[in-house]
Amino acid sequence: MIVVVALAAIGFGPTLVRRLRARRERRPPTPSVPALDPGRERRVEARARELLRSVVSDEEYAMYAELGFIAVDGDGRGYGYLLYPHRPMVAFESASGELLNEYCVEFPDRSEPARAERLPAADDVLAKWMSLRAGERELISVANMHVPGRQLDPGQVRRDLIRLREWQARRPLTR
Amino acid sequence: MKPGHGDVLLAEGDPAIAEEERRLVEEFRRQLDLGMWAAVPTAEGMRREATLVRDFSEVSRDAERVVFFPPAAGG
Repeated sequence: MIVVVALAAIGFGPTLVRRLRARRERRPPTPSVPALDPGRERRVEARARELLRSVVSDEEYAMYAELGFIAVDGDGRGYGYLLYPHRPMVAFESASGELLNEYCVEFPDRSEPARAERLPAADDVLAKWMSLRAGERELISVANMHVPGRQLDPGQVRRDLIRLREWQARRPLTR
Repeated sequence: MKPGHGDVLLAEGDPAIAEEERRLVEEFRRQLDLGMWAAVPTAEGMRREATLVRDFSEVSRDAERVVFFPPAAGG
């Protein structure tokens, strides 16, 4: 058996090596996935927060920094949205706080889909904010709409609305 | 805004200067060709707004910047 294997290696060895080399050359280069670097993630998020701060109002930025989301008014018809980073937007009735819908929307990188990288958290919120401000209907039309509770815990969202009211009550001069 | 990177400065210039405006227009078109959305943030008193634009001519002459970001999709 040892002799057969040795002979096979001698007989077919060069052919096998050529085939393996050819296969390696034919294989498309795999996109390099960046290694996880917490420091880099922090720096990117810090830069994204600076951009967010420079675009939204002071109150909205403070809301994001302190509560982790931004609340924006809807089309002036008594409802609003909570914008969470990388989570669905939640529509709610302004007066009662009743949750209306979840809108699942994302901003995928189509230029390099294989890398599957996401916007930094603050950029994701800013993209939602700009899209809503500029064209609420267009954004809602591409979002996947669900009843509340599909992805976000409704109890947590209600608690966020209570936190929001309390937070706004503590900032009377800026409203 | 670039996934994994945050914001990246693509071009800057004064649209009142022909050569700089040409560079801005070229970059604007390149980004839209890549499928990006373009938004112009605006401020009026305390209120902040944004406008989506599809052509450089829609960008106000006094706009400070245009922010490009990947288009929205259902999540």
